[in-house]
Amino acid sequence: MSPVSRGFIGRRRPVADPGRVPPGQYLTHDFPVLSAGPTPHTPLEEWSFTIQGAVEEPVSWTWMELLALPSQTVTVDIHCVTKWSKLDTQWRGVSIDTLLDGVDTAAEYVTAWSDGGYTTNLALADMTDGRAWVAYAFGGEPLEPEHGGPARLLVPHLYFWKSAKWVRGLTLTPDDEPGFWETYGYHNHGDPWLEQRYQGD
Amino acid sequence: MVELVEETPRATSIVVELPAWPGHRAGQHVDVRLTAEDGYQAQRSYSIASAPEDPHVVLTVERLEDGEVSPYLVDELRPGDELELRGPVGGYFVWDASTGGPLLLIAGGSGIVPFRAMWRHHRASGSGVQLRLLYSARSLGEVIYRNELRVSGVDVRCALTREWPAKFQGHRGRIDQELLADVTWSPDQGPLTYICGPTAFVEAAAQALVGLGHDPRSVKTERFGPTGA
Amino acid sequence: MDALDGNAIAGALYAHFGTDLTAASGRCRHCGTRAQIAELAVYARAPGVVVRCRACGGVVIVVVEIRGASRVELTHFELA
Repeated sequence: MSPVSRGFIGRRRPVADPGRVPPGQYLTHDFPVLSAGPTPHTPLEEWSFTIQGAVEEPVSWTWMELLALPSQTVTVDIHCVTKWSKLDTQWRGVSIDTLLDGVDTAAEYVTAWSDGGYTTNLALADMTDGRAWVAYAFGGEPLEPEHGGPARLLVPHLYFWKSAKWVRGLTLTPDDEPGFWETYGYHNHGDPWLEQRYQGD
Repeated sequence: MVELVEETPRATSIVVELPAWPGHRAGQHVDVRLTAEDGYQAQRSYSIASAPEDPHVVLTVERLEDGEVSPYLVDELRPGDELELRGPVGGYFVWDASTGGPLLLIAGGSGIVPFRAMWRHHRASGSGVQLRLLYSARSLGEVIYRNELRVSGVDVRCALTREWPAKFQGHRGRIDQELLADVTWSPDQGPLTYICGPTAFVEAAAQALVGLGHDPRSVKTERFGPTGA
Repeated sequence: MDALDGNAIAGALYAHFGTDLTAASGRCRHCGTRAQIAELAVYARAPGVVVRCRACGGVVIVVVEIRGASRVELTHFELA
C-alpha cells in the first residue's frame, strides 16, 4: 500500500459536467501527444488509403482522391486510456461509411494499420453508421504530423488508441485480431463508458 | 523528507532520510511515486544529486510548466512529509572513481543533477582523474548549484543559451563543435564523456563529439524528457 | 517526438527482473544490431512504453502497466 502524498492531486481538473466524462477520466485543455514511435512523414504523392482483406477486391484512394470525397465536420469528445478526456474537439474527414460504400464483405472485424507499423482492431459495427472517419483536419487546420497527420482514424466513442494515427488502411477480417496495444493487454473493444481499458475488463 | 533547498526559482533540492538505503553509485536515479487520497498515482524518475559518500540522499527537481509531479515536489512538499521512492536504479550511466578518466561531463539544464553526484564522489574519493564539466543553461539564474560550483573548484565551463550578462566570459549560445573541441581532451587521451539533458541537446553534443573523432563507445548518454501521459 | 533512452525504463526493468538491466547488452531480433539497453530508443508517452532499436526502428521491448502491475516484454531483444 502506497502512502498518501499529502496534498497531491496531480494535473487533474474538477469535472464540470460529469455526464460527459467517462469513469476514471480527467479533463484536459491541451492536446497531449502520445506516440509509440517516431512521427512518420509520408509524402502526400506517395500516400494512399486502402481497404483490403475479406473483400472481393481491395480499393484504394490517393490523397487527392480522398480529399475529393464528401467530407463531414464533426465535434466530438475524445477519451484517452491514459485518463485524459478532451471535450468538443472539431475534426473534418471522410466518413468510413463513405469509404465502405460499395464494398461487400462478410467480415465483422477490422484491423486499422498505419505508417510506422501501428495496428489496432475494431469491430466493423463500431466503424459504421456515422461513428468513424478518416480525419485530416483538426480545429479547422490540417492535421499536424504529431497528432497523426496527414490523416488518422477517428473513432471517438472508443478509447483514443483505437483512432490510429497516420492510418493508411483497413484490413477486413473474419475474426477479431488484436492489434498492437491489444496484444500487450489492452481491451479488444475499448468502450470508455464501460471502462474497458484492459483485456478482461 | 528532511529539508528543502531552493536552488533556483524553478529547481529545489530535496534532502531525504531513508532508513534502509542500500547506498548508490554516482549517476543513478530513483523513481518517485505520488499517491492522491483517491488512489490516483503518478510516477517520475529523478537523478540522485548526492554522492554515495554524502550523509543524506538528495534529489534535485526542476518544476516543469505543465508537470504532474514536479510542481508538487517543488511547491507543495514540506519537511516531515513522506515520499515513496524506488531505487536506486541505473547501472549504465554511472561513474565510480575506479572507472578512470579523463572525465568530461556535459550537462544541459537539469541534466546537471547526476553530475553533482559524480563531482562530489570524485572529490570524496580523492580521485586523481581530471574532471571537467561543460554546463549549458538558458541563463545564469537557471544555473543549478551555481554557488556550490563556484566554491568547489570543479573545472567548469558554462554556456548560456538565451541571456547572459554583458560581461559574461563563458560561451554565448548553444554548445557547438568548436566549443567542444576547445573543452574536451583529444580522442587519443581516451577521455570518458557523459552527456545528460534533453534529447535534442544530448544528441547534438554526442554527434559533435563523434565528429571530432571520439569513439562512440567512450560517450555515455542519458536523455531527460516527458514521460507518462 | 523525441525519444528518450533505456535509462528511462531502469525502474520498470528492475521491478520486473529484480536486477538493473540498463547496462545489459543484447541484440535486436529484427536486424541483429547489438546495443546496451540504455542505448535503445524509448517512447515513454503512450498507453505503454515502447522501446525501439536505433538501427532499424523495430519494436524490441514493450512495458505496460495493467491494473497497477508492470509487465515487461522483451519482444525482439535478446539479452547476451
